[in-house]
Amino acid sequence: MKRWGFVRTGLAIAALAALALDGAAALAQQPIKIGAPLAITGPASFLGDPEAKTLRLYVDRINKAGGVLGRPLQVIIYDTGGDARQAVTFARRLIEEDKVDGIVGGTTTGETMAMVPLVEEARIPFISLAGASVIVEPVKKWVFKMPHSDRMAVQKIYGDMKKRGITNVAVIAGSGGFDQSCRKEAAAEAPKFGVKIVADETYAASDTDMTPQLTKIRSAPGVQAIVGCGFGAPTSLTVRNWKQLGMTNIPFYFNHGVAAKQFITGAQGAAEGVRLPAAALLVADQLPEGDRQRAVSIGYARAYKEAYNEDISTFGGHAFDGLHLYIDAVKRANSVDKAKVRDAIEQTKDFVGTDGIYNVTAADHLGLTLDSFKMVEIRNNDWNLIE
Amino acid sequence: MDEFLQFLFSGLTRGSIYALVGIGFAMIYNASHVINFAQGEFVMLGGMVTVYLALTAGIMPVVVAIPVAIAVTALVGLGLQKFAIEPAQSRPGGASVVTIIIITIGASIFVRGVVEVSLGKRDFVLPSFSGNEPIDVFGATLTPQSLWIFGVLAVVVTALKWFFDRTRLGKAMLATSHNRLAAQLVGIDVRTTLLVSFGVAAALGALAGVLTAPITLTRYDVGIMLGLKGFAAAILGGIGNPFGAVAGGLTLGIAEAMAGGYVSSAYQDAVAFVIILAVLFFRPTGLFGGPGVERV
Amino acid sequence: MSEGRSRWGGLVALAAVVAVLPLLLPNNFYFDVAVKIGLNAIVCVGLNLLIGYAGQISLGHAGFFALGAYASALLTRRLGVPAPLAMLAGATGVGVLAFVVARPILRLRGHYLAMATLGLGIIISIVLNRELDITGGPDGTTVPAFALGEWRITQLRDWYWIVGGGLLFTVWLSLNVIDSGVGRALRALHGSEIAATTIGIDTARYKARIFVVSAVVASIAGSLFAHAERFVTPIEAGFLRSIELVTMVVLGGMASTFGAVVGAAILTALPQALAGFHDYKHVMLGAILIGVMIFMPRGLVPTLSEMLGWRSR
Repeated sequence: MKRWGFVRTGLAIAALAALALDGAAALAQQPIKIGAPLAITGPASFLGDPEAKTLRLYVDRINKAGGVLGRPLQVIIYDTGGDARQAVTFARRLIEEDKVDGIVGGTTTGETMAMVPLVEEARIPFISLAGASVIVEPVKKWVFKMPHSDRMAVQKIYGDMKKRGITNVAVIAGSGGFDQSCRKEAAAEAPKFGVKIVADETYAASDTDMTPQLTKIRSAPGVQAIVGCGFGAPTSLTVRNWKQLGMTNIPFYFNHGVAAKQFITGAQGAAEGVRLPAAALLVADQLPEGDRQRAVSIGYARAYKEAYNEDISTFGGHAFDGLHLYIDAVKRANSVDKAKVRDAIEQTKDFVGTDGIYNVTAADHLGLTLDSFKMVEIRNNDWNLIE
Repeated sequence: MDEFLQFLFSGLTRGSIYALVGIGFAMIYNASHVINFAQGEFVMLGGMVTVYLALTAGIMPVVVAIPVAIAVTALVGLGLQKFAIEPAQSRPGGASVVTIIIITIGASIFVRGVVEVSLGKRDFVLPSFSGNEPIDVFGATLTPQSLWIFGVLAVVVTALKWFFDRTRLGKAMLATSHNRLAAQLVGIDVRTTLLVSFGVAAALGALAGVLTAPITLTRYDVGIMLGLKGFAAAILGGIGNPFGAVAGGLTLGIAEAMAGGYVSSAYQDAVAFVIILAVLFFRPTGLFGGPGVERV
Repeated sequence: MSEGRSRWGGLVALAAVVAVLPLLLPNNFYFDVAVKIGLNAIVCVGLNLLIGYAGQISLGHAGFFALGAYASALLTRRLGVPAPLAMLAGATGVGVLAFVVARPILRLRGHYLAMATLGLGIIISIVLNRELDITGGPDGTTVPAFALGEWRITQLRDWYWIVGGGLLFTVWLSLNVIDSGVGRALRALHGSEIAATTIGIDTARYKARIFVVSAVVASIAGSLFAHAERFVTPIEAGFLRSIELVTMVVLGGMASTFGAVVGAAILTALPQALAGFHDYKHVMLGAILIGVMIFMPRGLVPTLSEMLGWRSR
């Protein structure tokens, strides 16, 4: 009887081993899944659409080159319409139903912040493509961020203003999370640069006429420059109103929410002279030859233009960086285990992306410095590197 | 002082657009007692189709694209009446007010959806008709596009007056709105009159859309807010009164701009809806509407 | 009577579905959808009383839903008010608002309530969007969990049971109202308002009452929603949301309680099932609305029951 017991146990072990191996083999072919809740439609569509296109383009390329760790890559994209609650619903779906290994997405600050509790609870690495500092301050274990923060944008703008001797500034911002965060940073950073805020106006995302706000700014005492915080159609309309009211003698700076061609085309020529801080990607071919970002940026710009016949924007660049950083982490961790990948992301050093060179640490889940942010001026309806 | 003037100009510009949209509401209500929630989509179609024909597909110059877009939209308006409203109303027992309202809402969502899928969801730019150089008027500035808008509104109002006073079709529409049965009895082809009123309302809406697209950029969903504000204009003027709608629209536009400039720039949009409520509470027939009478 | 039997039979069937469904739901995502269906159904049952029985239309009902949600969110989060109390406060506030708006408007006939509710709904949506410091603006605000003393409800599965129970209760309530004196008065005035007035029914008063009831139901559903989803945005108050709610009632069947439930279930689950066809969502929604109104103006459930030879409520 004992002999049969042995045989039976042996058979059982063999069977289990076979199943396990078979399972592992199946697993090896199972794609690495990345979830991407993006605002492809709605007010943030000129951020989300290039993000989606970039992800699709590069997932395709990477798969043609053999995938990651011998496995194909799969990106599951959902359109949130810029709505924070839709973002949460899709995040839940990606985590529970689609069972993704990591999330690269959250086009807007609002959407990102709404997904944070879910992501932290599910313990899944999340690389956000949104701008506000609050996303990584205070640091959240599972949340990382690609774009420069709004605080950096404001610092860059004020730095440039200091060079031009500007001290009195008016702020005009939209009512969304990113816009308002930028507005708060503008107020907080002002004293450090000797800047005084002389006017503070807000518009709603659906507003189509900003002349009341700009008229009030025009009559603010001693106003020398305007800082715009926002993204999307209203920003184009704002500069058009700025020109219409004959205010072009008052320099206009925008934050990096307008780093897309649609801003310029929507402005119908009114954006001449507007300055903004932007990722090197926007002026890739104007970078000096030795610049380490030059190759990556030009490569991406070329690939995107070829695939979609569209001008690049820094938003697609954020997605490019997010995807490649995640994959780089997966390779370093040699697994898709969520905790291991998270640790690997946190240890990213000297990673060259389109936004800059990333050095992530436990205390800094963004990893970018101010010098990878370039000051750009719009001339002849195109981007021009200044500094 | 030039602040006030600037707000006034801003208000007149948007008010003229609301007026054009509101006339469309009034005409349809006049002819058929239907509140056409799809009116805003006609506005959207005007701008979007023009951009598509002249710029995206590039098959005709803007000057030609505009009348073509208006004609296309008029056809859509006719289609709405013929294929959606008429079938519902010709069922035994007719169709209740609720049913018709829901049909027009459904039509607006449908049209929006079709445009969303076929033309995309991004903003589109239609160049201003005469450039963007601001014109200085007593310290405030106007754009040439604003002048176009004022001019067209004036022409439309004059044309409408002539239409209702002098043409048979116009008088037939007035007759149908007063008493449909009596109109039929004197030989007026009520169904054609209804179709025409939808077509004209749609054309006016499209015209408004074409005029405002250079100023506000156009997108598949611009119709929602514009439709609702045109609706507010029509209610303010007395629904069913096209000239009242003009007054209502201009008033609404100016009120919005003044509220934005002097009270709070964040609450401009709310003005239209506060007006709707105020009118309904205090004077439901609007500024110029007659007392409502209903058959028992 | 066959009517009575089919009515209570329907309730039993619904209870059975609620009890059995969790066995078929594989993960939290599905429970989330189920909870949303349940909450939409609750709002729709209330709205159905207004549209189907009182013959009035509300194009701003999402506003009441959102007010309840935000009342719960803000009172619990910023003022530490206990959740049940916040919900009650929200419901009371909404009730008062609905009453104040309804009384003068409902004395007018036909489409005026539609316009008034349209205006009101959008104003609510605008205020929620603009008051950044209070409501968190367009990006919304997080909501603490529903807490009764030590007991905190954080699991979606628990919410499923709460919402399921709430739905059954609301349906039961609705069936009772329909069958009561109030219900008969409503049906009378729906049939002919003038005739109803002549036999002594204070039509404005009944219409106002039903409007208030449907608004309060929406508010309570909104409060539950806030605590279940732990997040609210002003989009909940939007015009499009109001239209979706009306579509659910209309699709399922006006003047049919179970129709309202079915309509809510279909239109809440469909977008999730067709997430790949998200692009076509509006085209389909619009086509459904027009098609139903032309070919099945009484809605799915009454038309199907008629075809199958049942009597439906």
